[in-house]
Amino acid sequence: MKTINKIAAASVAGVIALGSASWAEMIAPTDVKFGEYGEVEMSLTGKPGNPEQGAVVLGNRSLGNCVACHVVGALADIPFQGDIGPALDGAADRWSAAELRGILVNSKMTFEGTMMPAYYKIDGFTRPGNAYTGKAADGPLDPLLSAEQIEDVVAFLSTLKDE
Amino acid sequence: MKFRAMTAIAAVMLAPTFALAEADDDTMVLNEETEMVTKTAAPAHVADALDQVMSGWHFRSDETQAMQLDDFDNPGMVFVEAGLETWDTVEGSEDKSCSSCHNDMDSMAGVRATYPKWNEAAGEVRTLQMQVNDCRTSRMGAEAWKYDSGTAINMEAALSSVSRGLPVNVAIDGPAQSTWEMGKELYYTRTGQLDLSCATCHEDSYGMMIRADHLSQGQTNGFPVYRLKNAKLNGAHSRFKGCVRDTRAETYNPGSKEFVALELYVASRGNGLSVEGPSVRN
Ligand code: HEC
Ligand code: HEC
Repeated sequence: MKTINKIAAASVAGVIALGSASWAEMIAPTDVKFGEYGEVEMSLTGKPGNPEQGAVVLGNRSLGNCVACHVVGALADIPFQGDIGPALDGAADRWSAAELRGILVNSKMTFEGTMMPAYYKIDGFTRPGNAYTGKAADGPLDPLLSAEQIEDVVAFLSTLKDE
Repeated sequence: MKFRAMTAIAAVMLAPTFALAEADDDTMVLNEETEMVTKTAAPAHVADALDQVMSGWHFRSDETQAMQLDDFDNPGMVFVEAGLETWDTVEGSEDKSCSSCHNDMDSMAGVRATYPKWNEAAGEVRTLQMQVNDCRTSRMGAEAWKYDSGTAINMEAALSSVSRGLPVNVAIDGPAQSTWEMGKELYYTRTGQLDLSCATCHEDSYGMMIRADHLSQGQTNGFPVYRLKNAKLNGAHSRFKGCVRDTRAETYNPGSKEFVALELYVASRGNGLSVEGPSVRN
């Protein structure tokens, strides 16, 4: 609810980040529907993501920072890629777009108990903080990535094919 | 292999870290005389989770490791010197220094290895810093030092330095048990928006790389730790605070009852490892 209000306020303020998707088509973090294996069929924005933007989200420390835990061969110019999770090369051979979206929104729906953070989830945390300040959150949390950023990452991961 | 496509410069930067993607097999001999235990069988109370406990030293680069081998190279020893000076400095209304009651620092050999420790009179588990502050306030009539402040850490380092090589040996049973249980609970609780616990990083993932960091078991036997990153000695509670903050959580504060309990629990996971403080890490 709060998030919808925020998004509405943001589009009123004319923030371009939302692109052409009208907020009515956005699925809020608390409204996401998961399939039986944790997949999420519906695009969160109602439109395809931008793979180039997705690549930026993967590598950027203050965005997805996915390379903290995953090696991504296609982004080899990013130094210090971690190896806690599997290499993402060939991810699109293993997973459909809906499955990749589900892994991003809340990976625990796909991999029980996984270490991978949920990128589009705003509640159910213990002692949530205000980002990396160490202080208590000062209001409702924002998801780690926006709906649009999730779709951008899904679009990028969908290009990672070995076969 | 995965990194074949790395640019030359990145490959050069990565080389030293990846050479030791696992804990290495080096042996630590301090000042060419003291053989240190840096790997040992896990104590019974963590045997369900780990076979072996290992010092964080094994996860650092050869250069960083070398700095700890000789007191002349160890940048933490300057702070030990400062702590030794304070040891002999008279302060407070009672006209006493630490050495007025305890003689020289060597008399403290072995003490560091048993802390945090139950204090019967106070009815609580105390860290070394809490004990030092108790001496200051109740015996010297001096002010307590702020938790993990420079002066407090220097004293902790001096106390630790004379226990180097002795095995960590904190008691977890008897009256300390409930505090230990509380620490264990905190260790396994996933916190923050990233929903990570101490165990997700230091039990399930040690030996792996999280971005540029080589994850160790997060042992406390090396504390206080001289970090190249901030060029000073760091207390265990400050390290805990940083780690909790990195889960995007609201942290606890140094000296809080939660961190006292966590220190006891984490120290107990390293029972058997040699005391190393002041150690050197990146
Ligand atoms: C803190 C560590 C961590 C971070 C950060 C992280 N992941 Fe993961 N990820 C994992 C782990 C661990 C797994 C393996 C799942 C399991 O069994 O727990 C995984 C699995 C995956 C998978 C399935 C892999 C496969 O090929 O089978 C994908 C896709 C994925 N992650 C994408 C991402 C993306 C995209 C991001 C960033 C937006 C990200 N991850 C951030 C730890 C992480
Ligand atoms: C997101 C991952 C992560 C989590 C969660 C985490 N840590 Fe750490 N911790 C690190 C990293 C990275 C380092 C630096 C490299 C190393 O020594 O492992 C570190 C270092 C440490 C060290 C220093 C070890 C040494 O030898 O100097 C201690 C002690 C420690 N952590 C304890 C904890 C405790 C206790 C918790 C839970 C309250 C915790 N950590 C949670 C990532 C984490």
